[in-house]
Amino acid sequence: MGEFIQLVVTGLTTGAIYALAAIGFTLLWQTSQTINFAQGEFVMLPAFFALAAMNVLGLPFSLAALVAIALSVLVLGVVFKTVVVDPLIRQGVLPLVISTIAVALLLKDGVKEVYSAEAQPFPSFVPDTVVTVLGTPVSLSQLGVLAVALAVIAALQGFLGGTRTGRQMQATAQNPTVARILGVPVERMVMYTFVINATLAAVASLLISPIYLAKFSNGEHLGLAAFVAAIVGGFNQVRGAIAGGLLVGVVDNLAAAYVSAAYRQAVPLALLVLIILFRPQGLLGRREERAV
Amino acid sequence: MKSTRLVTALAAAGLVAAAPAVAQQTVKFPNIIELSGAGATVGTNWRNGVELAVSEINAAGGILGRKIVTEHVDTQSNPGTARAAIQRALDDNPVVIFGPIYSGSVKATMQLTADAGVPQIIGGEAADLTAQGSKFIFRTSFGQNVSMPKLANYLRDEVKAKSVAVIYVNNDFGKGGRDAIMKELQARNIKVAADLSTESGQADFAADVIKIKAANADAVFVYLNEEESARFLREVKKQGVSLPLVGETTLLGQKVIDLAGDAANGVRGHVGLTVDAPVPAMQEFGRKFQAKYNYKPDHNGVKGYIAPYMVKAAAEKAGKLDPKAIASALHGLTITPDKTPGILIEATWDTTGEIDRISFLAEVQNGKQVITKTLPKLKP
Repeated sequence: MGEFIQLVVTGLTTGAIYALAAIGFTLLWQTSQTINFAQGEFVMLPAFFALAAMNVLGLPFSLAALVAIALSVLVLGVVFKTVVVDPLIRQGVLPLVISTIAVALLLKDGVKEVYSAEAQPFPSFVPDTVVTVLGTPVSLSQLGVLAVALAVIAALQGFLGGTRTGRQMQATAQNPTVARILGVPVERMVMYTFVINATLAAVASLLISPIYLAKFSNGEHLGLAAFVAAIVGGFNQVRGAIAGGLLVGVVDNLAAAYVSAAYRQAVPLALLVLIILFRPQGLLGRREERAV
Repeated sequence: MKSTRLVTALAAAGLVAAAPAVAQQTVKFPNIIELSGAGATVGTNWRNGVELAVSEINAAGGILGRKIVTEHVDTQSNPGTARAAIQRALDDNPVVIFGPIYSGSVKATMQLTADAGVPQIIGGEAADLTAQGSKFIFRTSFGQNVSMPKLANYLRDEVKAKSVAVIYVNNDFGKGGRDAIMKELQARNIKVAADLSTESGQADFAADVIKIKAANADAVFVYLNEEESARFLREVKKQGVSLPLVGETTLLGQKVIDLAGDAANGVRGHVGLTVDAPVPAMQEFGRKFQAKYNYKPDHNGVKGYIAPYMVKAAAEKAGKLDPKAIASALHGLTITPDKTPGILIEATWDTTGEIDRISFLAEVQNGKQVITKTLPKLKP
C-alpha cells in the first residue's frame, strides 16, 4: 500500500507539471483557436534561459529563474503571438498548426546548436529531503514541486474568476464578437493569454528540469503529455486540463511500475483513445454544437 | 544528417587548391558516432578524444607520413542512420572506420565493415559483438563478458551482497549487460531481488526507484547510459534510498558525476578507463583534454583518444595504410605506452577484437572518482 501511495504522489507531482503545460494549450485554444504543437518546446526552452543567465551572466539561481520567466514572457508570449500567430491565424487553423510544428523544430534544433546537445544539470528549488507522511516516506522536493504547481494553478483560477481582467478574458474565450461589442479589449485579452501561457510554461520548465535534466529534446515527451492531458481533461476547460494533467501523471507512473517502462507512454495514449471514443469532449469538457 | 568536418591545418590551407597532390598525403578516417539523441554525451566525448589524438599525430608527422583528416558524422543515436552513414563512408574505400559507440548501432553496421574488409574501431561494450565472427571489429573498452565477472566478484566479496536489484536500459548495451550479470550472479548464488527494465532516454525514474525500495535487496546493480544514470541517481537521492549502488563505467563516469551532483557520492563499481586512474599517462591525457575542451573527459573520451593511436601502431607494424593489413596487424597485437605513448595503458587485442588491459575498482567521493584498487590484465 505504501508503494502505491508513493507512486500516486510522484505521479501527481509530474502530473501537476503536465497540467501547467496543458492549461496553456486550452487557454490558447479558447481565446485564439491556436493549437500550439510547440508547447513541449515552450516548456523545454526556459530552463536554458535560466542556465544561460547563471553560466553567462553569473546570476544566482533565484534571479536566473526570474530572468527565465521574463524572457519566456517576451519570446514565447509576445514575440510568438506577434510574429507567428497574428499573421497566420488569418489563413485558418491548419497553416498555424503547421507553423507551430516548425517553431517546435526551430526551438529544439536552436537549443541543440547554440547551447548543447547534451543534458545539463539543473538546480532544484526544494532540497532533496525525505519526510514521512502518514507512515509513508515522501520526498520533500516532490511535495514542493506539487505545492508550487498547485499554487500557480490556484492563482490562475483566482485571477480568471476573481478579477475584472480575468472575467474579460473568459468573455473573450466564450464569444469574442459579443465581448468586443460589450467593450472588452479583445486583442489585449488574447495577448494576456499568450503571456500567461508563457509564464506557465516557464514555471513548468523550472520544476521539471531538475528531474529530467535540461535537454533540447525534453519537449517531445512534455508536449505529448500536455496534449494528451488537455484532450483527456477537456480541451475547452481549464479545470479539465488540470484534471487531465494529474490523471496522465498518475497513470503514467502506475503504468511504469505495474505494466512496464516500455509501455508507460502507451497507456496514457490508450486512455486518450477511450476518452475520444466514449466522451469526446473530455472528462470535464463542454460539448460544443456546431451549426452548418 | 548532420556532418561536420575537422580539417587539419594542412588540409585547410591547401586541400582545395591542390587536391590531387595533397590527397595522397592525407588519409581520411570517417568517425561515425552519436552526436545527438540519447548518446550525445557519449559521442561528444569520443569525438573530442579523436580530435585531440589526431592533432597530436598530425603534429608529429602523421601515420606513415600521411596526415589524418577526420570526418565526424552524426548517427543521431539511431542504428538505421548509423548503417546508412557507414555504407556511405565505405563507398570512399576508407582505411578504417571509427564508431559507432552504441552497441545497437555497432550490431547494425558490423556486417557492412566485415563484408568490405575495413577495420571498425568501436566503442560498443555488448558481450556478443566480438562473438559474431567478424575479423574487422576491434574494441576500445572491455566487453561485458570481461567486466561482468569482475563486477559480480565485487558484489560478492566487497559489498557482501546476498541479493541484488538489477536495473538496466532496454537497448543492446543494457540487455547484454543484464544477461551477463544475471549469469554471473547466479553462478555466485546471489539472489536477484528485482529485474527492472527502463527505456533509453527515460526522463523520470520515480516509479523504478519505488520498486527498488520495495525489493529489499542488499545492493542495486545499475546498468544505464550516462544521462539516465544521472537521472536515476538524482531520484535515488530524492527518495532517500541508502542501498549500495554498484555499476560499471557508465555509472561512475565524470559526466554522470557532473550531471548527478551530490547524488553520485557513494556510488561504486568497476571502471575500465578513467583519467583518475593511478597511471601518469592517463592523468596527463585528462589534463590535456581539460585544457582543450574545458571539461573532464569520461571513458568515452579515452576510448576516442586511443582509437587513432591503435591504427597508427597497427599501420606501422603492417608497414602500409591498407585496411586488411591493419586488421591483420591488430589481431594479437600488444601496444605499449613506451613505443606508442598515446595508447596510455598497455593493451592487447585477441583474434576476435576483444581487448585486455588492467582495470580499476572505484568509488565516487565528494564529487570525485577515487580509485580503490587496480585489477591486473586477464592474461598478463
